[in-house]
Amino acid sequence: MNLTQLSIFLENKPGRLQNALKVLADNNINILTLTIAEVSDFGVARLIVNDPEKAVKELRSSNFICSKTDVLAIELEDVPGSLLKALETFSKNSLNIEYMYAFTEKRGDRAVMIFKFEDIEQAKKALLKEGYNVVKRIDLAGE
Amino acid sequence: MFNKEYESMHPSKIKAIQTERLKWTLKHAYNNVPHYKKAFDKAGFNPDRFSSLDDLKYVPFLMKQDMRDNYPFGLFAVPMEKVVRVHSSSGTTGNATVVGYTKSDIEVWAEVVARVLVAAGGTEKDIIQVAYGYGLFTGGLGLHYGAEKLGATVVPISGGNTERQLMLIKDFGTTILACTPSYAVNMADYAEKNKPDYDFKSTRLKAGIFGAEPSTENMRKMIETKIGIDAYDIYGLSEVIGPGVSCECSEKNGLHIFEDHFYVEVIDPETGEVLPEGEQGEIVYTSLTKEACPVIRYRSRDITRIYRDSCKCGRTLVKMEKVTGRSDDMLIIRGVNVFPMQIESILMGIEGTEPHYQIIVDRKGALDDVEIMVEVNEKVFSDKLGVLTALEDRIKDRIRSALGISVRVKLVEPSTIQRSDGKAKRVIDKRTLT
Repeated sequence: MNLTQLSIFLENKPGRLQNALKVLADNNINILTLTIAEVSDFGVARLIVNDPEKAVKELRSSNFICSKTDVLAIELEDVPGSLLKALETFSKNSLNIEYMYAFTEKRGDRAVMIFKFEDIEQAKKALLKEGYNVVKRIDLAGE
Repeated sequence: MFNKEYESMHPSKIKAIQTERLKWTLKHAYNNVPHYKKAFDKAGFNPDRFSSLDDLKYVPFLMKQDMRDNYPFGLFAVPMEKVVRVHSSSGTTGNATVVGYTKSDIEVWAEVVARVLVAAGGTEKDIIQVAYGYGLFTGGLGLHYGAEKLGATVVPISGGNTERQLMLIKDFGTTILACTPSYAVNMADYAEKNKPDYDFKSTRLKAGIFGAEPSTENMRKMIETKIGIDAYDIYGLSEVIGPGVSCECSEKNGLHIFEDHFYVEVIDPETGEVLPEGEQGEIVYTSLTKEACPVIRYRSRDITRIYRDSCKCGRTLVKMEKVTGRSDDMLIIRGVNVFPMQIESILMGIEGTEPHYQIIVDRKGALDDVEIMVEVNEKVFSDKLGVLTALEDRIKDRIRSALGISVRVKLVEPSTIQRSDGKAKRVIDKRTLT
């Protein structure tokens, strides 16, 4: 049920993201969603891809520093206030979010958000209890 | 010991030998090298009147610039037909410095390197992989001849081609590796990253002889842990002979100087005054047996301390501390003296960081601006930006508290900083004097 996120260290200079993406493209790895967090000199690209194991292996052999992190993809109703409601649920359960980003595709009429929780196991338990649908990797990859 | 007689000689006896050999060297240089004749005459020094080691302080220094000015063979003291080999520095910062060797000089050099190998536990049964560059650089051939002199088996692979280095260590059963410390770290990193099945501990490798660039105690520990060997420091400079001027023994506590061949003094780099034993300063070398290219009071620019102790290994030779910096590597940043090795030491003291760094000094307005680029590795990388910026801050704080200067720290991708199989380039000083 955990989704594997790929994180890549990128220096903030022209061509670096491009080079990383080229490694993925050359190895036929599809990006399902991507977000970048940055400070002035560097950034971390966070990606959900269809084959994170292969992506890590290929990126490392091209001298990129990268890692895998477990995150949760959660379905939300695509109506005003649903993200707010989700956040209220998290705070009620004392679940700290380290970062989050939106998924590019909708699942039917529902939106998908990626959350990185401080404690993923506790988060999963609480969310299932509250009736949230945690999306599995297989669904997202469309396999 | 390879040469017990000299390596464990009583210091008073060594001094007598040094005095005799110095008398010869001074006359040899004065009579055969125009530079020395001119310099001695100008200083009013008459080599015939030299009678004790103490008199050496009246002899003028030989500077790196003198060697450049006499490019290529101006400092040779024998006719070219006696010179059997030359070595040369790369000359990236001016004319190259060229040194020559007679047959006897090559013999002496092989002898001192053989002593180094024995001090590191080597015997004729060892298989020594020489991963220093072969060629004009003294590292490769210096170690090579010493290993042959010892009677060990030499694998003359030279620098580079890490894949093959690792293969031969395994297939040939190499027991001693000789290269620069930064290349040893490279090899370990390479294996870790590209050859997960490669286990140094299951090879026969037992010791490493690392030199040609200064390194810290932390770097030694890192190499020893990563490769599972004993790491020994070898020191030398081509102007004096090449690697083999001094080395560590089993105690790994200071380097024994082969003082039957090299006489050392430590001076105050500012005033040129000779300092008493035990004080830190610039180490100055005088060759005692070299024929082709005698050096007299050569200013090495290396900062260290010399002292005598009763070393458990039994050698009575004077010791020098691991070189912590060079007086011409010394950066003056906003009035503070900073050696790149100090920065390296700080980095090595932070969990997970590796000694892949570069210091860039520039001038912003009237102020010196220092940026330290540190390569990120898998151990310190995090998907959370806060963890990475905290690492930058931690490095910054440690440098400020240890050296008293504020710097900017920038995390960079691996291999941003140029690696070399020889010496790593640690400092880029973009300041121009105004």
